[in-house]
Order: sequence, then C-alpha cells, then structure tokens
Amino acid sequence: MAAKAALMDYESALAKFEPVLGFEVHVELNTKTKMFCGCANEFGQGANTNTCPTCLGLPGGLPQVNGKAIESSIRLGLALGCEIAESSRFARKNYFYPDTAKDFQTSQYDEPIAFEGSLTIELSSGRQVTIPIERAHMEEDAGKLTHVGGATGRIQGAEHSLVDYNRGGVPLVEIVTKMIEGGEADAPEIGRAYVAAVREIVKALGVSNARMEEGNVRCDANVSLRPRGSNVLGTRTETKNVNSLRSVERAVRYEIQRQAAILDAGGTIVQETRHWHEDTGTTSAGRPKSDADDYRYFPEPDLVPVAPSREWVEELRATLPEPPAQRRARLREAWGFTALEMQDVENSDLLDAVEATVAQGASAASARKWWTGEIARLANAQGVAAEALVAPKHVAELVALVDAGTLTDRLARQVLEGVIAGEGSPEQVVATRGLAVVSDDGPLIAAIDDALAAQPDVLAKIQDGKVQAAGAIIGAVMKAMRGQADAARVRELVLERAGQQ
Amino acid sequence: MPEISAEQVAHLAELARIDLSADEIESLTRDLGQIVDSVAKVSEVAGDDVPATSHPVPLANVFRDDSPRPSLTVEQALSGAPDREGDRFRVPAILDEE
Repeated sequence: MAAKAALMDYESALAKFEPVLGFEVHVELNTKTKMFCGCANEFGQGANTNTCPTCLGLPGGLPQVNGKAIESSIRLGLALGCEIAESSRFARKNYFYPDTAKDFQTSQYDEPIAFEGSLTIELSSGRQVTIPIERAHMEEDAGKLTHVGGATGRIQGAEHSLVDYNRGGVPLVEIVTKMIEGGEADAPEIGRAYVAAVREIVKALGVSNARMEEGNVRCDANVSLRPRGSNVLGTRTETKNVNSLRSVERAVRYEIQRQAAILDAGGTIVQETRHWHEDTGTTSAGRPKSDADDYRYFPEPDLVPVAPSREWVEELRATLPEPPAQRRARLREAWGFTALEMQDVENSDLLDAVEATVAQGASAASARKWWTGEIARLANAQGVAAEALVAPKHVAELVALVDAGTLTDRLARQVLEGVIAGEGSPEQVVATRGLAVVSDDGPLIAAIDDALAAQPDVLAKIQDGKVQAAGAIIGAVMKAMRGQADAARVRELVLERAGQQ
Repeated sequence: MPEISAEQVAHLAELARIDLSADEIESLTRDLGQIVDSVAKVSEVAGDDVPATSHPVPLANVFRDDSPRPSLTVEQALSGAPDREGDRFRVPAILDEE
C-alpha cells in the first residue's frame, strides 16, 4: 500500500489552482442480448453461462451487430443533444488483458455514432452548468475479473485471477465530455450532478437499468489543476472505479486536494490511471500511461458501417421522453414545491411515485409528505425501495381518507402499516381494523364532559377566555378516544361545552 | 526506401507480445517495408474521387434481432481453457510488480 498522500485543504487548493474536469461515463444498455452475439445480457447469472464462440474470441467466431443496441445508442445520443453520424463504424482497440478474451475490444474510434452534444445540469445552489459533450460511442463491456491471493481482492499482490465472461460483450455506450472549465469550488458537485443527470436520462429513455451498484453506469473522472494566472493545462489523472454519485463528488475533491499538495510542494503530477477506494475515500496510483497505451486502432474488418438514415434518426427523436430536467421543472411548478422540497423527493428517487399519487387525485403536498416521510422511513427500515412497499393508488386513497376526516394522521399511519402488511386497500384496513375516526359527536361530548369535570381549573380558564388552556382537555379526550377522534372537531366541541357550563 | 524501421518492428512485437530475435526483426523490417511500398502503389491509382473504405463491398446496416440464442454450456466454454477454478477461467497474476 502506498503511503497516505498529503492533501491541501480544499479552500487553499482552490485559491492557488483552477480545477479542470472531464468525465467518461459508461452506460450498460439493457438489451436482451449482447452487442455482437445472441448471448443473454443478464446480471447475476452463474459464471460463464452466457458465452459463445464470438464473445469468447474463439477462432471462427463472427460478430453480428445488435440492432436494438444501435437504436438505444442513437436515442441516447439524441437525448444528449448530439449529432448522429451519417456513417459510423466499429474499430478494434488492441490490448492484452484477460478481461477481454479476444485480445481486442470492439469499440469505435474515429467515427463514433454520436458527437457534439451538451447537457445542462443544475447544482443545489441553483447554478446552471452546461457540460459540453464530445462524443458518445458504442463498444462492448469486458469480462469480470476476481483477483485471488492478494489483500482484499486487490490486483496488487494477487497470485492469480479468475475470469467470468458473462459481462464480456454486453453493449456499452461511452459518453465522453469535453474539458469542463469554470467549475471552481463547485467542481466536485458538478461531477456528481453530471453523472446523476446522465443516469436520469438513460433511465427515462429506458435504455439502461441505470443501477450504479450493479455497474450499469460507471464513471471515470479526469481531474487536472491549472495554476492561477497560467493558461497552460496541468497534467491530468484519470480516476477509475468511481461508481456511486457520492463517490464522484468525493473523488474529484480528493484529487484536487492531492494534486494541489504535490504541485504546491514543487512536485509534478504523473499522468496515470488512479483507482478510487470507497472504503478509505482515497485514490491510489494504477498503471502510468505508457507505450502500452498504443492501442493500434483499426477498422473492424468483420463488421460493416452503421449508416442510420435521417428518417430513422427522426423517427427515434420522436420517441424521446420529456427531458428529465424539464419534467422536474414542470412538476415543481405544478406542485408548488420549494427547491428543497423538490430535492427531497428527487434524492429519495420518489418523483415517479409522487407523480402517480397526484394522478390518482391526492394533493401534491400530501403525496410528498407520505412518500418522503412515513413510507420512506418504513422502506428504509426494511431495506427496500419505497415504491415496492405500497402502490401510489393506495397512498392516494389514504390521503383521501384523511382529507375526508375519516382518519387522523395517526390513524392513517396505522392503516398504512396494514396496507404494507398486505391487509388490503386502505378502505379495507379501516374496515377490518375498525380504525376510523369517531365522527359521532355523542361519545366525544361524553368524553369532553368527563375531562372538563376532572379538571375544573382548566374549565375555569377556558371560561375566562384563555382558550389555549383547552389543549389539556383535547389531550385527555384524544387519549380517552385512543386517537380515533379528529382533534379539530374535539377542540370545537370543547369550547362549545365549556361555554355552556 | 522502406518506411518501416527496425525500432518500429521491435515496438510492434512488444505490443503484440511476440518474442522476436534480432534476425527475425531484420527480415520482418524488410518484408513489412515491401508491403508498405506495395500498398502505397494503390494510392497512386486511387485519386481524390475514390473515398477511403474499410470494406471492398459497399454494404451498411447489417443488424441482428435482439433475441437471445443458446449459449455454450459452462463445460463447453471452459473446455479449451488452459486452467480453470470452479466455473471460471484461471489466469496468471496480471501485475508482476511489487
């Protein structure tokens, strides 16, 4: 293990240097089959169960392009505001590494399918940043290596490695940004927000499962520092394995602080690949860039060019969903949420759930309250997604029961538990558990009279005009009614009864 | 005048993980030089009106349906492997440093 790197504190690093960023985001497409063969594209299968002569690179294996993967790539390119190439072709990227059985990766080099796009992202401060996109090209994923014999599965010190080629040949789109300047102190958040925006887009398009924890969206972050007052770019490092939104933010910040410390001490940055370690929040040196990075790209002789007709491109453009950022802005306005409330919903991935609940008739405020509150809490406790716990139409029904005065919030929480426990719809739970608010004034008045008789001093205060004293009576009544009463109605009745005595 | 140098051949051999002797490098440098010269002749014939192409046949958009086909069994997939461990291919240590 390398010695712990010296870090400069973040503010000082920014005072001396300007961070320059670049990102490469790999998106695994969710096609049924691999990019160049008919093997299933599935996650979590037994090792080497989805392989064939083509994806194993056996002699005679010939690639055949998956048309659906081309379609998904074009749609993704369009959603990123890219031009779609009139003609595009595949190339061989030659290197020796056991994750690629063929000794080359079929990728795209000088003729990517999509190029020259941009994506505008919004930071938590409200600042908008437009990320320039250089290209989005198609390629195939590599197999999965497991390193044996070294410390904690690391490649360093491993005695040997094991390979599962199920992932080898799975379609990928690699999205490459241009240099991102002017991020300044927001640089780490820009990284996070950009990857989040790409993830949101591929999810909205339905072209990827977009689960970062399963490696569907992976990010390599390039960071370099330019000394203030200089117009010469610094040497960049490429941090790999940054596979959660939080990690992107942390890794960019870490590299800024690490590089600043080296440059400030008169050192130089080595152009290298670095690995992000989620556990320690640090990066470590990987392979330095060298002659071995001479990939000797050449056009793939076994595949013909992809030349999507303009008609097809326009047909695909017509299938694009509303851009996620636009949808968010529209919903926020329609729902009347503050920026903070909206972020709360988005960060919990509950936009769809709230939208569906509102569509079933609930008010946006109530839908948000239930989803980000009680439902999120229960989902969290059970370690499942909130949307897996309860259907939007049941939440809407619950909200309607509260609005109608049939349930108090407290009772509604009990009903929700019943719904989650599979006892049926909210109405059914109310009926079977007998949870409805007591709306008949008779029992309420009896309880109120009891409480007033028990606390004559309070009664005197109320009669004296100190209506806030009624709280003690309301509390006693709610307790006597086991919560199955509407507090507002109880208050009305308390004042009424006190006035009559 | 061949455009290929012995250094280039040695470099390519290293990239391709081919162990070449000095004699082999020399003869390959000569052979590759001749091939480059021969290919260069094509450029003399192909004027600006002939676009560069990676295929002799003007064909594009050959796509396959996205429907799964049977894969090999694990045993078939591993049958040619020099070494295996369980259901996975076993390969020598990748990094020889440290």
